[in-house]
Amino acid sequence: MSLMTDNLIACAECDALHVWRPIAAGERARCVRCGNVLYRRPRMTSDQMLALVVGALLTFLLANAYPIVDLEVQGIRNSATLLGSIVALWTEERWLIAILVFATTILFPLIDLLSMLALFLTVARPGRPMIGFTTLYRFVWVLRPWGMIEVFMLGTLVALVKLSHLAHVVPGVALWAFGALTVLMAVVVSFDLRWLWVEPGRSA
Amino acid sequence: MTKVASALSASQAGLLVCPCCGLVCRPAVRIGAWACPRCGTALASRKTDSLSRTWAFLIAAMLLYIPANLLPVMETASLFGAEEDTILSGVVYFWTSGSQGLATLIFVVSILVPLLKMGTLLVLAVSVHLRSSHSVHQRALLFRIVEAVGRWSMLDIFVVALMVGLVQFRTLAVIHAGPGAAAFGSVVVLTMLAARSFDPRLIWDCIKDDHD
Ligand SMILES: [Zn+2]
Ligand SMILES: [Zn+2]
Repeated sequence: MSLMTDNLIACAECDALHVWRPIAAGERARCVRCGNVLYRRPRMTSDQMLALVVGALLTFLLANAYPIVDLEVQGIRNSATLLGSIVALWTEERWLIAILVFATTILFPLIDLLSMLALFLTVARPGRPMIGFTTLYRFVWVLRPWGMIEVFMLGTLVALVKLSHLAHVVPGVALWAFGALTVLMAVVVSFDLRWLWVEPGRSA
Repeated sequence: MTKVASALSASQAGLLVCPCCGLVCRPAVRIGAWACPRCGTALASRKTDSLSRTWAFLIAAMLLYIPANLLPVMETASLFGAEEDTILSGVVYFWTSGSQGLATLIFVVSILVPLLKMGTLLVLAVSVHLRSSHSVHQRALLFRIVEAVGRWSMLDIFVVALMVGLVQFRTLAVIHAGPGAAAFGSVVVLTMLAARSFDPRLIWDCIKDDHD
């Protein structure tokens, strides 16, 4: 008896069994019982995803290297980067919040993107399985729900509105970079990772 | 698209599903604990101790919800004196300063979502305990919504973090994070952990004998 039943898919939400069927790019297969998405066939190829991940990593660097916003009160200017805000929280001994913000906006998204880079690099060179492929894959699976770039982006906008009542606010480079990163991350995250196992072995 | 293989669930068919890579495995020979042959993730028919873990995280979240709302999340010190903001007073501030849209947004993600999330998980956990087979589809949908929107409650934490980073004008005004921020952040993390511990397949397990 074989250990893997390659043609079966189980719904992650209701456990109903389905037979795996090839679908077109961009399509999604749904569970007949509960309607949950069983699997999605990515619209993009691995090469396109690789380019996208590299782009996201560069945007990530921009977003963290430049100030998000400049604030001017009575001639005094102050600017803040994301990391600078985290350091400010740390120095005033709000450790829990500092760690929480650092993990969800910098550490986890960065590990996610670097892991995706390694995964797609491996897929782009078939026949040379990278050691640690499964480890990276599981890493992404565990960390992904805790990356919150898009929530942070919305938080930034709320903070800007709040501050615009008090002072003169000048958006910085990083604000636009975070906006772009939000979009790029949304595309990266929409890639159904399980397809990485399907692609080499099974002809659709 | 996909056709139904059978009316069976994977567990009824004696199969184990990898939560990480999705591989459906037939347990052949048992050597210690099951692990996915493809990615190595530990396999179990249902999430381990799903209900007790959900309860633990949920109760901790509900307890912390009280200081999260009573303690100030932000403290402002300026020339005009000191000011303390709780989550609710932040909403009131936006409402009275003419940003009703933003006030509504923050009210929904910071106050309504955590409350509804805890309430929903409570109902789901109790209904699974009672092995209820009522409105299974609605409960499954509720869980999906709760799991998807929970992360947005972190919004206020990020607002406070940025305000602290930005408003550091020593003589004019300085903003600090208040003790409520840590409590509120913990509530969000704990409710996310509670939702992740809950196994939605338990909802469907209760109806395995009758048809819907
Ligand atoms: Zn289903
Ligand atoms: Zn697996």
